[in-house]
Amino acid sequence: MRVRDRAVTSQGSPSVSQPPARPLWRRALGPRLRAAGLALPLVAFVSVTFLGPMLSLLTKSFYDPEVADALPETMAALRDWDGQGTPPDEAFAAVAREFVAARTERNLGRTANRVNRVASGMRSTIMGSSREMVDAAAAAEAAGEAMDGAFWRETMIAIDSRWGDPEPWRALEAAGQRFTARHYLKALDFERGPDGGYQRAPEVWRIYVPLFWRTFLVSLGVTLLCLVIGYPVAHMIANAPPKRANVLLLLVLLPFWTSLLVRTTSWIVLLQNQGIVNDFLVAIGLIGDDGRIAMIYNMTGTFVAMTHVLLPFLVLPLYSVMRAIPPAYMNAAVSLGATPFQALRRVYWPQTLPGVGAGCLLTFILAIGYYITPALVGGQSGQLISNMIAYHVQTSLNWGLAAALAALLLGGVTLLYVVYDRLVGIDRIGLG
Amino acid sequence: MRAAAAAVAAMLAGCAPQTEEGTEPGSPGPDANEGAITVVSYGGSYARACVLGYHESFTAETGIQVNLEDFNGGLAQIRAQVEAGAVHWDVVDLGVADTVTGCDEGVLELIGPELLPPGPNGEAPADDFLPETNTECGVGTLLYSTIYAYNPETLPGPAPTALADFFDLERFPGRRGMQRKPEANLEFALMADGVPKERIYELLGTPEGLDRAFRKLDTIKDEVVWWEAGAQPPQLLADGEVIMSTAWNGRIFNAQVLEDQPFVIVWDGQIMDRGQLVVVAGTPHLEGALRFMRHAARSESMAGVGRYIAYSPARRSGQALIDRHAETGVDMWPHMPTNPANMKNFLMADWEWWADHRDEMQERFAAWLAR
Repeated sequence: MRVRDRAVTSQGSPSVSQPPARPLWRRALGPRLRAAGLALPLVAFVSVTFLGPMLSLLTKSFYDPEVADALPETMAALRDWDGQGTPPDEAFAAVAREFVAARTERNLGRTANRVNRVASGMRSTIMGSSREMVDAAAAAEAAGEAMDGAFWRETMIAIDSRWGDPEPWRALEAAGQRFTARHYLKALDFERGPDGGYQRAPEVWRIYVPLFWRTFLVSLGVTLLCLVIGYPVAHMIANAPPKRANVLLLLVLLPFWTSLLVRTTSWIVLLQNQGIVNDFLVAIGLIGDDGRIAMIYNMTGTFVAMTHVLLPFLVLPLYSVMRAIPPAYMNAAVSLGATPFQALRRVYWPQTLPGVGAGCLLTFILAIGYYITPALVGGQSGQLISNMIAYHVQTSLNWGLAAALAALLLGGVTLLYVVYDRLVGIDRIGLG
Repeated sequence: MRAAAAAVAAMLAGCAPQTEEGTEPGSPGPDANEGAITVVSYGGSYARACVLGYHESFTAETGIQVNLEDFNGGLAQIRAQVEAGAVHWDVVDLGVADTVTGCDEGVLELIGPELLPPGPNGEAPADDFLPETNTECGVGTLLYSTIYAYNPETLPGPAPTALADFFDLERFPGRRGMQRKPEANLEFALMADGVPKERIYELLGTPEGLDRAFRKLDTIKDEVVWWEAGAQPPQLLADGEVIMSTAWNGRIFNAQVLEDQPFVIVWDGQIMDRGQLVVVAGTPHLEGALRFMRHAARSESMAGVGRYIAYSPARRSGQALIDRHAETGVDMWPHMPTNPANMKNFLMADWEWWADHRDEMQERFAAWLAR
């Protein structure tokens, strides 16, 4: 399983070898293609079920054509507006035509919701005004009045005085940009300032950047905790006689095969205020009945449950690497005069590093995307960034923002991977 | 265009109401496809009350089977079904803010007023339905309340009587349960802080008012246990995890009468909201769904629900039919949110404000929770 050393791989590549290799290259092509053909089902499967959906979702983080498609004339009329005062009459006429038409077709609501994300309150402004604009258009038509820009300027401001301010128009213009950075700005806790530019949001509104930090720190903490707990366990299993090793391995695998939900909810039973652990502590008199410890629905709960759930992902790679290390090395080190600690630190530990790297990377990357466990046992302080992504995908349906958050998370993980590669070398990862 | 065609069909179906009323009990529907419809609701004791209250009588009258599905509210699945052109939900139980949003987007069928049946004594629906219970796409079926309740067994000493007591840690020390979403909590905070109820939403719309609400919530934040599902508050109260909790009044009622819990509801500052039924646009069972809507809109159906859970009918004539709990014989009227004795100080939830501000408030609330 171990990834080969880079030098070997690059030497083995035929493209580096010199010209006369052509017939050889030809001869090698057939089997190569056949071999690649075997991987085709996998490539097709991954493209259709993973890469395609992922790319289309990530596209939504910067490409949002819905408002631009729904209100093309309005966007054209607003193109030359400088953002001061009110836009020209043509914009009033265009917006009125398109609002009235969309309202009659019953699909203005989607557009209004999109604009509402840029500026709260626009939903009711658009839906409320357009209701009266339909009536005004019908009345004007019956009276034979001309419905030009000046007419609509007067009518719309009479219906809702906000149309006389620049803000709703700026919101329409911003929502109508096909290519937009606003989801990313929002995901980094920036907001639109009074002049239409972006500025850092006031502290009480900042949410995503602190959550990214928390997710990073929790994942790091859980990974270290798993390493501290898992390393001795893996060592013990790797060096136990086969029969006992099997039993111990089963103890690690059994929870691994148990449903995530069952394991998480079991922790609730154990740790809650009236739970088994607290009951036991009260029963033996260590704490009073009114001094029960809050161990769940907070960060402690998230840490405990996530560490437990993710532990096998660290133990298993470590175990398979440790099993391949001959015990003779340690014996040799000790017989040459090393203390057991020295032998562990200088002989054993370096040999387990590939397993440590693989296990930690696996655990960390899984931890960073966790959301069911924090949602169940995290309480108010144990929520992670994935919980917000899930919220925007499932509840608020703001897929653009969800995609931007996911892209930032993906970017962060990729960055960590690159840093890890530079510092440790990804080829040092091994699963034994 | 599909929506427009469906709207025409809805109007046509609404114009021929006699077919339903005239159908003999037990006779099957005219169309084999109408043999079953899917109704989606919130599960638990509420869904049970609906089945016993009027789903069964609907099936007995029309021969149309009702398949019940559970969900947790929201428009996400309805939008997905309509956009994919694969609608398999027919009738859905929704909150008003979602009903109006979905209606504006065209994912729900328009329900003409001609669909609504008259009351048992011929009352005209227009006057019989309580104000603001019906919308273009939604038929109001009930009024429910978010209240707070306490467990006298775990809260000895003086009993809380006012909304402000919920925020009074000095007189009532201990943990409190609140729903993990901004809805109702922000209103509770401002009401408890002494803001007159007519000004609540106006104030919440300003940065200062919003800060004030969160400052009030700050005072109890460390003592709050957050709940998400409606079944949790009675459980938290029974387990002694909290001494008091906000909750939906019907769930507390059920714990009181069916599980003999000693819980007491504090009606002061209750926040009343409306529950509606909607039809998903483009359903293949439009006729059956509309017949179901028409049946659910009867005063008797609403009172039927009110015989199993303490949610008030949305019609005046339905309120007049409220009598005793079907299983225990408890008088229902004292438990209803619309009982004048319980309405001395109440707030009507403003769906329009929430439709406009929900995303923003959710973000601010999440930021506040995480701090």
